[in-house]
Amino acid sequence: MATKPRVKIPDSVTAGEVITVKALLRHAMETGERRNGEGNPIARDIINRFEARFDGAIVFAVDLNPGIAANPFLEFTARIDRAGTFRLTWTDDGGEVTEFRHAISVSP
Amino acid sequence: MKAISRRAFATLMGLGTASVLVPPGVLGQATPRVVVIGGGAGGATAARHLARDGGGAIEVTLVQDSPRYTSCFFSNLHVGEVRDFDSITHDYDALAAEDGLTLVIDRAVGIDRVARTVALAGGDVLPYDRLVLSPGIDLIHESVPGYSESAAERAPHAWQGGAQTARLKSALDALENGRNIVMVAPPNPYRCPPGPYERASMMAHVLTSRGFTDSTITILDTKSAFSKQALFSAGWRTHYPGMIEWLPPDVHGGILEVDAAAGTVETDLDTFEGALLNIIPAQRAGAIAVDAGLADDSGFCPVVATSMRSTLDENIFVIGDASIAGAMPKSAYAANSQAKVAARNVRVDLLGARDVAATYANICWSLISPDNGVKVGAQYRPGEDGTITSVSSFLSEADESDATRAATYRESVGWYDAIIADMLG
Repeated sequence: MATKPRVKIPDSVTAGEVITVKALLRHAMETGERRNGEGNPIARDIINRFEARFDGAIVFAVDLNPGIAANPFLEFTARIDRAGTFRLTWTDDGGEVTEFRHAISVSP
Repeated sequence: MKAISRRAFATLMGLGTASVLVPPGVLGQATPRVVVIGGGAGGATAARHLARDGGGAIEVTLVQDSPRYTSCFFSNLHVGEVRDFDSITHDYDALAAEDGLTLVIDRAVGIDRVARTVALAGGDVLPYDRLVLSPGIDLIHESVPGYSESAAERAPHAWQGGAQTARLKSALDALENGRNIVMVAPPNPYRCPPGPYERASMMAHVLTSRGFTDSTITILDTKSAFSKQALFSAGWRTHYPGMIEWLPPDVHGGILEVDAAAGTVETDLDTFEGALLNIIPAQRAGAIAVDAGLADDSGFCPVVATSMRSTLDENIFVIGDASIAGAMPKSAYAANSQAKVAARNVRVDLLGARDVAATYANICWSLISPDNGVKVGAQYRPGEDGTITSVSSFLSEADESDATRAATYRESVGWYDAIIADMLG
């Protein structure tokens, strides 16, 4: 079960500026390899896909695998030529999607 | 209380052999005087061992600012409801009754290194032949933007035992389910390297035992790695799944502002809200050592690895958290170990006692959950580079049985009783 993501994206940039996007999601990233106190396996539950779209077009995407630490933190850069909206999505093994949207304005 | 010492007896009898035992600098003077500042793990140990091993030939005065001592070590176990407050609070009655030891409850406010005197807040001035300085740490509140001594009343550091420990426990008791805890962990070097992470474990234990599974603990760290990290991370997964989140600087991007009243910590990444803020700032040697010019640019006091003698004043020994003890961490165990080396070297100076090569030891135990103890430790010697160097070390393993972890915890309880007895009698 995921909680509110913490994301850093600028509100406004100049056209052509390269920005850094930082995105942290609190998630246990349960590998499926561990066992509980009774020796029974703990079911795998990870974020398996992250996508960042800008006005619908993918600018950055990651397939995540078991073994990635809890609370995955992703950082990427993107060149912003025009105003638009970032939509970030995290998809977990249960199909639950956590979404974050952020509009960026552009000055010439 | 004061019996005639062997040395005094020899002097009374006019025995020339006394000069063999006493270095020239001390001849013709009354009993040599040692002042010890600080009644914690370093100072109390040094004072007690000097009084006992000095056999009455040294006048030891211990200056301690409070008549009660609440240990900072094991204070996380109080926060975690494993120990009650009284069990980590002690008096100085037995120590004060030691032959050759005078306990002064007052605050040392200044050292005159030329006159070799210590000024006390109450107005007294204590002369010394050797000074053992064990002032512990001072917190550099302003190292965390927005944090201050007054903010620490609302957002406790609880990095000194006593009132601050009680304040953190009260804040934890007042926390409601679903409200969060935000911690800021300090940069190296600092007192008790695994302490912030044991504290997170103990607070998570309390939240879990109360059924507060909607609450979270976020550790905003100023470091990229920490002591026993793999052991803590595995323990958190097992005992408090999803509850504790550790964020290093390359994730949060830097701590920009703490607002104790609002209960927020702003970082470059985002603003974190906590009904309980536990802010542990950077640290330096206690002010009395810094004010006396005994610290270097690091804020801590350089010492000679073979003796714990200040490199800046041959009449002063600095022990415990205030010292720069090479590879040794700042811990009560280390302070106790250093105190014995310093005490012996004081006796070498003043009584011509036999010099023995210094060895040091440390163990830091941490409790992840009740009966789940882990430890890291080492033996140390003066190294060829002139710093205290680890010669062998050990660390709890990742996949230890519950029985081993319970035994490690019991060992730590035994150590607590032993060090308190070694300090306070």
